[in-house]
Amino acid sequence: MIFANLSEKLQNAVRRLRQKGKLTEKDINAALREVRLALLEADVNFKVVKTFIADVRERCLQSDVMASLTPGQTVIKIVKEELTNLMGGEVAKLAAADRTPTVVMLVGLQGSGKTTSAAKLANLLKKQNRSVLLVAADIYRPAAIKQLQVLGEQLSIPVFQLGQKQPEQIARAALEQARREGYDYLIIDTAGRLHIDDEMMAELVRLEEVLQPEEILLVVDAMTGQDAVNVAQSFRERLNLTGVILTKLDGDSRGGAALSVKAVTGCPVKFAGVGEKTDAFEPFHPDRMASRILGMGDVLTLIEKAQSAFDEEKARELERKMRSRQFTLEDYMEQLQQLKKMGPLNQIIEMLPGIGGMGKKLKNFDVDESVLKKTEAIILSMTPEERAQPAIINSSRRRRIASGSGTRVQDVNNLLKQFAMMNKMMKQFGKMEKSMLKKKGKFPFM
Amino acid sequence: MGLLGNIKKGLQKTRSMLQGRLGALFSRRRFDDDFYDELEEILIGADVGLQTSLELVEKLRENVQKGRISEPEQVVDLLKEMLLDILGKETVPLAVSEEKPMVILMLGVNGVGKTTTIGKLAARYRKEGKNTLLVAGDTFRAAAIEQLEIWAKRSKSDLIKHQQNADPAAVIFDGIAAAKARGSDLVLCDTAGRLHNKANLMEELKKIYRVIGKALPGAPHEVLLVLDATTGQNALAQAKVFNEAANLTGIVLTKLDGTAKGGIVVAVARELQLPVKLVGVGESIDDLQPFDPQEYVEGLFAGEWI
Ligand SMILES: Nc1nc2c(ncn2[C@@H]2O[C@H](COP(=O)(O)OP(=O)(O)OP(=O)(O)O)[C@@H](O)[C@H]2O)c(=O)[nH]1
Ligand SMILES: [Mg+2]
Repeated sequence: MIFANLSEKLQNAVRRLRQKGKLTEKDINAALREVRLALLEADVNFKVVKTFIADVRERCLQSDVMASLTPGQTVIKIVKEELTNLMGGEVAKLAAADRTPTVVMLVGLQGSGKTTSAAKLANLLKKQNRSVLLVAADIYRPAAIKQLQVLGEQLSIPVFQLGQKQPEQIARAALEQARREGYDYLIIDTAGRLHIDDEMMAELVRLEEVLQPEEILLVVDAMTGQDAVNVAQSFRERLNLTGVILTKLDGDSRGGAALSVKAVTGCPVKFAGVGEKTDAFEPFHPDRMASRILGMGDVLTLIEKAQSAFDEEKARELERKMRSRQFTLEDYMEQLQQLKKMGPLNQIIEMLPGIGGMGKKLKNFDVDESVLKKTEAIILSMTPEERAQPAIINSSRRRRIASGSGTRVQDVNNLLKQFAMMNKMMKQFGKMEKSMLKKKGKFPFM
Repeated sequence: MGLLGNIKKGLQKTRSMLQGRLGALFSRRRFDDDFYDELEEILIGADVGLQTSLELVEKLRENVQKGRISEPEQVVDLLKEMLLDILGKETVPLAVSEEKPMVILMLGVNGVGKTTTIGKLAARYRKEGKNTLLVAGDTFRAAAIEQLEIWAKRSKSDLIKHQQNADPAAVIFDGIAAAKARGSDLVLCDTAGRLHNKANLMEELKKIYRVIGKALPGAPHEVLLVLDATTGQNALAQAKVFNEAANLTGIVLTKLDGTAKGGIVVAVARELQLPVKLVGVGESIDDLQPFDPQEYVEGLFAGEWI
């Protein structure tokens, strides 16, 4: 994908300027053009993109960006900040009623994932020791009631239904039962409907009147394209939406719909569906989503993790070594140990810039932690000399290292090859004048 | 009522193309950057996709520069022509198999309309006097079997099903065997919705595809990918991966009764040479139509929603 590595593109766009040492409006425009393309590629609605770019441009022009030593990074930072602001900043929580039950209504287009989300949300609440009554109010789609019942049974959560009776009638009766029996939450699954279907939208309005819900959550498929704004706008005009559930985030869409919907409704995305299983449901993290939409990976989270895991002094030392190309196997092992402190590897890989678009392969790639252990064992079986100068490791040394570490000679060969490759990459890395991560992150491994 | 009619019905007050955004655009009567930017936005707004949109507009620009076009109105005609070059000018009908039964496999990500389309399609074949048999190949989603069962009743089709969580390939194998034994004309196989980036589920799909070929050499005769018109750029990735796994023969574009245009099929047609064969325009049993490229292209530019 061409726009996968936005940060790189941005760097290119402002490279010229670095030579000049001064940022012009033209340079900013060039950089923002790349941002525009990245957002459009991510399915953010073009009107939303327009407003967004205009805002960012203004901020770039008036701020200290022009004077900044690293304007490329500063532009990215502003973009990221504005994007995160637009996405709602903080993780949003579910409202709670003064008097139980708290009523949550799920609405949305056909096939967006309402029924599954209703069950997942109920499951999440149940795990927090809340009692939940699910309500099957989709009387139209064949076997929709049955679907909710099956899910309820799997989760041992009761499901209220009255067959194909009118949804308002179902809602009224369910509310009554929830009050009588003291449920903490009442979650209503409604039928999927088109936002332009007047009759069906009117049904939702009546349901809202009956239920007076604390939450009306619009369920939106993360793969939604440009139409997300029309959908969101229509639902918001008719109902008092309070939030959004973004589904199918386990797919590989960039999820620009999240931004479109937020921009139009002002409602925060509260939860994300990340798989078909009923526990694949999480609170939504706006900042992570901002990165995903931009296709630049979860850079900020990565930086934070790196900062907390790395010893500043050591990092500076490593960085010096890398730049002067004195990076040894000893250092490599240290890096691996630091890396392990940062958490499960595949999570970290997911956060790396560029993976968003480029890495189908990488995304399916399960990082094998045992490989790390093996690598460590191999390096530990080397003498300090060997670690400092891998070139001296001839075949008899390789055999010795292999038997010492309980691995095969082949494994030792592989490690040495990888290390050589990494050193080569680092040389290139060293050539890059200012790396985005280096400035803020002190994370030389990347 | 054709596809365009349905879109119009949905939009309630559709303004004709020249009164809409393109109209405003042409009143400008000048080919400046804004003109091209707006044209680009109309295409992007219809989910035609960034790259395809940029390239189409670039081509138009070239044509203007070479003096082939001098009036903004001509731009529409040329644009439509270019779109039809990609989509094909004629409706591409579903395959017809000489032998019985003909096997149709329905695929797609979650919630796009596979099961509903099977129900509608079965009803269409029934109207032609064909015997149809539906196979409940979605053994994963809760109540998916029951849902198809209802569509089998509605369309007066036979149904072959196994238990929940059974091997989908085995159900489909049995379905084809039953169709052979009963002399059914058509077998329509439902499958579980699957995201194309889940390697294990795509492997399962490959197995289903292989098993169908074993159950009946030459089958499946149609492998249809269902795309939801609401879907954006991701549909292209879906088409690519599903095509690799199961040799798609066509696209079904559903939910065109909404305001989404489903323009990503242009990119899909261009990159994979896959024709759109059917469109879904509602939830009722009759809401399935052959894809008419001319009407579709008109519809792409219609409406105030873009
Ligand atoms: N408006 C509209 N709704 C449709 C159309 N086709 C399907 N639907 C609705 O979309 C929803 C999902 O349809 P299904 O047929 O269950 O989709 P599926 O692909 O089988 O879903 P899974 O098996 O869960 O992956 C249902 O509510 C259908 O009624 C269409 O053309 N227009
Ligand atoms: Mg289905």
